Amino acid sequence: MAELEAVIGLEIHVQLATKTKMFCGCELSFGDEPNVHTCPVCLAHPGVLPVVNEQAILYALQIAAALGCEVAPRSIFHRKNYFYPDSPKAYQISQYDTPIAGAGRLGDVRIHRAHLEEDAAKMIHAGESGRIHGSSASLVDFNRGGTPLVEIVTEPDLRGAAEAAEWARLLRETVRQLGVSDVNMEEGSLRVDANVSVRPAGTETLGTKTELKNMNSFRFLQRGVEAELERQRRLIESGGEVEQETLHFDPQSGSLTSLRSKEEAHDYRYFPEPDLVAIAPTEEMARTARESLPELPAARIERYVGEGLARDVAAVLAADPETAAYFEQVSTDVSGVEPKVVANWVTGELAAALRAAGGGTAAESKVTPAALAELITLVARKTISHGSGKTVLAALVEEGGDAQVIVEREGLAMGDDDGDLESIVAAAIAADPAAAEQIKAGNGKAIGSIVGAVMRETSGRADGGDVNRLIRAQLGL
Amino acid sequence: MLHVARLARLKLTEDEVETMTGDLSGILEHVDRISNLDLEGVEPTSHVVALENVWRADEPRPSLPPEVALASAPEPQDGAFRVPSPQADA
Repeated sequence: MAELEAVIGLEIHVQLATKTKMFCGCELSFGDEPNVHTCPVCLAHPGVLPVVNEQAILYALQIAAALGCEVAPRSIFHRKNYFYPDSPKAYQISQYDTPIAGAGRLGDVRIHRAHLEEDAAKMIHAGESGRIHGSSASLVDFNRGGTPLVEIVTEPDLRGAAEAAEWARLLRETVRQLGVSDVNMEEGSLRVDANVSVRPAGTETLGTKTELKNMNSFRFLQRGVEAELERQRRLIESGGEVEQETLHFDPQSGSLTSLRSKEEAHDYRYFPEPDLVAIAPTEEMARTARESLPELPAARIERYVGEGLARDVAAVLAADPETAAYFEQVSTDVSGVEPKVVANWVTGELAAALRAAGGGTAAESKVTPAALAELITLVARKTISHGSGKTVLAALVEEGGDAQVIVEREGLAMGDDDGDLESIVAAAIAADPAAAEQIKAGNGKAIGSIVGAVMRETSGRADGGDVNRLIRAQLGL
Repeated sequence: MLHVARLARLKLTEDEVETMTGDLSGILEHVDRISNLDLEGVEPTSHVVALENVWRADEPRPSLPPEVALASAPEPQDGAFRVPSPQADA
């Protein structure tokens, strides 16, 4: 049998960080006492009318602009009808065949659409802690009910679990940097569902898909999709067929359970929401959205690669806007040093020094961009060795301050003239004639013991490259 | 008919099923007549009012005190609306 290829599409719900709900003036908040942010509109009392939150439209247009989506000249809301206690109207106001945003792209993945809708209330399932199955009663908290959501739907362009998780991270960073959502997966302000299917590699027809829900971290997203791909492959390879269903991922056990029974097949009977008129974004609104876009991670990565950075290093720097700003400030402050050298210091030595000191980001650390720039310049000019540079960096992480001051205090500067170093090298060679003979005989590794002796003599101040060069020169190599 | 009734959570008596089946057929026939009209170039009417872009500023307004919000709940518990488990309904 041909190898079965993974075909994955994602549906991402983004809670918008507006002050109030989508259709009423109740305040949004997370973690308050239950039912303190409700009103007749979001509790669906008879006779009330929803009114659209303008800010939610503007945020949706920003997301559309960031994802390069076409904005619909006119879009309307629909009622999606279903009975469930989290939806007091017995329908959710959503968008159906005329979403606010159409086709777009982020990275390698095509966006199918993005639409506006309202979030459901939060259900607390009594009896068992947070588990849906087996509980006898549920408590409903309507604080979340009516929160503005943008649902982003991708095309099935992802080909693996790790790739899906990585792309979801890029999307989260993109939305976070727009400032339109908290994008906190644990608190549910970013929720990712995955549509998963498999098909023989090389074919185009889509297999039957299942929908995975409840993956509240990127790690769980990856594990859930991996588990489901494995299940589908085993099923098909043993002659079975995948059934279309919704699966609930349990991160504790790593297992997937079917969420809804088959006879409850989705039949939402969408129809146009008569209480809300059409949204027709003006050219000015669309332009404001485009112009408000910050430089987003995908664009920043390309710019850094253009400046000579390796792509993986560029991705690390670009993922977090504060780290990116830090890197760019250091790059501006150094003299005569390539951006890629700065990038290696920030993602390499500095990151390691911060980890060793207990963590934290570069931007939050005591190491100012100016101090790091000075340090990198000192190393580049060979005023101090690379090894001494790490010593200075550790001190900067610990106490902050000025690189030059620490170099002087610790006496780390290399001699101005090579004379001192030459005599130290000569002495080290004289002290170890056996190693010298081996080096002359072509054993390159033997040089290590003489380099080590020189480093001990200079307390690590000497530049390793220079020492190597001098040893070889003095041995006539 | 029974499928539609189930989706709407309606329990119908046999007589009601009969009456409503007739009513529903009448409605569907009417829709059929409309479908047979030549509507080339006519935009679907989703709304009868010629308004667009009606919205409000993102400014908080007071919510109901929780005891008022819960006043119509038959079985409030811990500040929340207690409901039968939706799984039991499936």
